[in-house]
Amino acid sequence: MLVENKPGVLARIAGMFSGRAFNIHSLAVAPTLDTNYSRMTIVTHGSEQIMEQIVKQLRKLINVAKVQDLTAGDYVDREMILIRMRAAAAKRAEVLRITDIFRGKVVDVSHDTITLEVSGTESKVEAIIELLSPLGITELIRTGTVAIPRAKKTIKSPGSYE
Amino acid sequence: MDTIFGYPGGAVIDIFDALVTKFQRDFNFILVRHEQAAVHAADGYARATGKPGVCLVTSGPGGTNTVTGLATAYMDSIPVVVFTGQVPTPLIGNDAFQEADIVGITRPCTKHNYLVSHVNELARTVKEAFIIAGTGRPGPVLVDLPKDVAQAKANFEYPRSVDIPTYKPTLKPHIPSIKRAADLIAQARRPVIYAGGGVITSGAHRELKTLAEMVGSPVTMTLMGLGCFPGTHPLSLGMLGMHGTYRANMAVDNCDLLLAIGARFDDRVTGKVEDFAKGAKIVHVDIDPTSIQKNIKVEVPIVADARQALAKLIEALNKRGYEAADREKLKQWHATLTVWRNEQRLRFDRTTEIIKPQYVVEKLYELTEGNAIITTEVGQNQMWAAQYYLFDRPRTFLSSGGLGTMGYGFPAAIGAQVAFPDKLVIDIAGDGSIQMNIQELATVATYELPVKIAILNNGYLGMVRQWQERFYDRVYAHTDIMAPPDFVKLAEAYGAVGLRARTAREVEPVIRQGLETKGPVVMDFIVEREEGVYPMVPAGGSVKDIILV
Repeated sequence: MLVENKPGVLARIAGMFSGRAFNIHSLAVAPTLDTNYSRMTIVTHGSEQIMEQIVKQLRKLINVAKVQDLTAGDYVDREMILIRMRAAAAKRAEVLRITDIFRGKVVDVSHDTITLEVSGTESKVEAIIELLSPLGITELIRTGTVAIPRAKKTIKSPGSYE
Repeated sequence: MDTIFGYPGGAVIDIFDALVTKFQRDFNFILVRHEQAAVHAADGYARATGKPGVCLVTSGPGGTNTVTGLATAYMDSIPVVVFTGQVPTPLIGNDAFQEADIVGITRPCTKHNYLVSHVNELARTVKEAFIIAGTGRPGPVLVDLPKDVAQAKANFEYPRSVDIPTYKPTLKPHIPSIKRAADLIAQARRPVIYAGGGVITSGAHRELKTLAEMVGSPVTMTLMGLGCFPGTHPLSLGMLGMHGTYRANMAVDNCDLLLAIGARFDDRVTGKVEDFAKGAKIVHVDIDPTSIQKNIKVEVPIVADARQALAKLIEALNKRGYEAADREKLKQWHATLTVWRNEQRLRFDRTTEIIKPQYVVEKLYELTEGNAIITTEVGQNQMWAAQYYLFDRPRTFLSSGGLGTMGYGFPAAIGAQVAFPDKLVIDIAGDGSIQMNIQELATVATYELPVKIAILNNGYLGMVRQWQERFYDRVYAHTDIMAPPDFVKLAEAYGAVGLRARTAREVEPVIRQGLETKGPVVMDFIVEREEGVYPMVPAGGSVKDIILV
């Protein structure tokens, strides 16, 4: 979505979802090159009728410029996660091997923990979490997905070059 | 706009000062006695005139008192702009005296709202607020004005026009969809037009009448749509829905084409969604895309302004060639509709000496010749007003449909009376509802507004009592309010005239006297205590569950 970068816009959007009992699985937002606007990526679940309502209700909000439902189409998505593992010396090797396979990085180490940074598509991120789970994840922080349609189908902020 | 309804306070004292010292000739200001009444009055003004209603109230409790009024206007899509005072910008978020996060509180119940953080934004914000309130699907807009912004000086530059790039309502209909709709209408053997408040907002009542007469299609109205099609017209089926007429509900249940215009398939109309208009193809014309396919799947959705869509539809039907021969096809349908009308007319016992509330409404209709502006409260009084008073013109029935706000009718009547000082304005009320904004008797007395109030006094919160009687084994939990006050003495305490009728025979003389009296009048009708609104389609039920008496 492309939304105006003004105070209260995030609250308005979140309020619409909660007021109508729609689900927000994840939400990521930040200003774009044109600082009058921000791009927001929301991941949500629902039936076809609900999805249609969500898109329409978002479009109805005055502060929302453009909405695109990416579900069916061609898009690039990424999410970044930080995972802290319980990893005393014996376990560490296995954790590092898995991290390597997923091209992740170690960003913090202590006597009994190791913290990893991994980014990638939704399926890659889900896969590494599943593989690391049995080895003892103590904390998991996710940014939520950001996504952009493949170049031919993207949305632009009104009137400005971005 | 020329009228502001409001109530002063510390945060807005500068604005009030300017109103009185510099702008007294530009604005008519009506001081109410509760901020809720200010918003309902602006709402009534807007419904009666089509122009946005305007309010000015102070910060903190002044703002929070407007929430019910805003939610009322929001649910019924009424253009109202409410200006609230706010503490000075450096104090915002500090739990200051009379501070409330009114923008946060009203986000879900306004079409849009603003906090003006700098005086340079003020002119543009006000312009935007009025555009947003009055265009597309109208709605309430709140503008929060911090005291230091209101006090600041700047060069006054009011933009002649503003462009809001993120707000572009669709007004023109998609012509291929119009053509498809015209085809379906021409082929239908049992059509029904289902018309709502959107027809009135759009000013499309003439086009609707033209279309209905051209096709020979019967028309049913929602509560919000009463008056969009003449209630006395032979093609009118009356209101549909939970307390609509038998024939309107039967017609919708058995039609093969439902043309919905400016209505939103509310649950009070549809009942059980799966059973609603089962056999019909549905064409849905609405200016708000979110209303379409929200509850009911439709064959031909058309996002457009009602008036433009109807005009194009008439054009398409003419082009296609629609004549009297096509109308012949509908003869059987009209015969069936007549049977249904005669099978179950609206009725009540006319033989009792006790006053029947329906009789009061009927008499009001007769003695005003259907020419009054009627506002209502909520509950049984509202339903009987909708059933027994026939509205031939739009903007003459003002009632809180979506939110169902008790206490709406009296201040709304004030708003309508201020808009039309020479028209007859009557609030049909219950004894419960009228007490919610009774303090406005001071307002009508002060400004000598000749609003007439007809209280259907049964000493109960009638509609809830009716449900308790039907579905809760007659346990009237906290709905018995037979108690003070004496409404006649109360009216007189405020300097208005109070009248009372206790028997059926006294009804007509009391109404006559009330209508002839100059100035505000309260008419207290002591009516049958336990009377029900019928027909009734129970909530979540369908037409086959209809309760007739």
